[in-house]
Amino acid sequence: MLLTRRAEFSASHVCANPSLSDSENAAIYGMAANPNGHGHNYVVEVSIEGEPDSVTGMVFDLRELKEILNAQVVDPMDHRFLNREVPPFDKVVPTTENVAQEIWRRLAPAIDRPNVRLKNVRLYETADLYVDCDGDA
Amino acid sequence: MKLTRRYRFSASHRLDTPALTAAENQKLYGKCNNPFGHGHDYTLDVTVEGAVDATGQITDRRALDAVVDEKILQRYDHRNLSKDVADLNGMVATTENLAWAIRAALLEEWPLRARLSRVRISETARNIFELEA
Repeated sequence: MLLTRRAEFSASHVCANPSLSDSENAAIYGMAANPNGHGHNYVVEVSIEGEPDSVTGMVFDLRELKEILNAQVVDPMDHRFLNREVPPFDKVVPTTENVAQEIWRRLAPAIDRPNVRLKNVRLYETADLYVDCDGDA
Repeated sequence: MKLTRRYRFSASHRLDTPALTAAENQKLYGKCNNPFGHGHDYTLDVTVEGAVDATGQITDRRALDAVVDEKILQRYDHRNLSKDVADLNGMVATTENLAWAIRAALLEEWPLRARLSRVRISETARNIFELEA
């Protein structure tokens, strides 16, 4: 069975590689390369795969999942400038893909346990753009 | 990893097949058989799949937008799907057939490194059709 929990955070970012010039970054990332940054209301949907526990009837304790999401994603990222305040985005370009992968890396160790595993991280940057990360690059 | 981008187009159509009589078409398609046609605001979700490259992206968004704009939006938006869109020539403009035509149009000389993974079309918020690519 698949369980999905949604969380939101709002953050600013710049899509630019520090080793490239402003004009090179603009050619790759367009408006997203504006050095002063811009922001999004990110929505993350975390899907967990497992079978309901025979005693509790739950795949995963939703209260615990909420606490994990808050501790690993929302608290560190909400109302932050990702490039300046949230490692590794001082070194890694915070594209939607890379932010989704980082969320996966933060969540998987906290969620995975016998017979339960993180299945998918879907990250919406806007209502019209999302990526699905299943742990593979 | 997969990336999904949502596009929108508005178009009219009429569901009517020459394989059936007028009365049979009316009975089968109901309101959708109205001889004057009718329209919808379609949403088209295009999913591509691939590895993240050195820029941190599966695909350049503007390159994907340009492909969908050229192959689909410029040819489908504000058109009569039953009369104006060659991709549907001979096919009833059901959303099932529309999904098939859009997938075929996208796959023909697909220019991006990331591969087309899926098309998902909603005719209204209540009717949604998906095709793996």
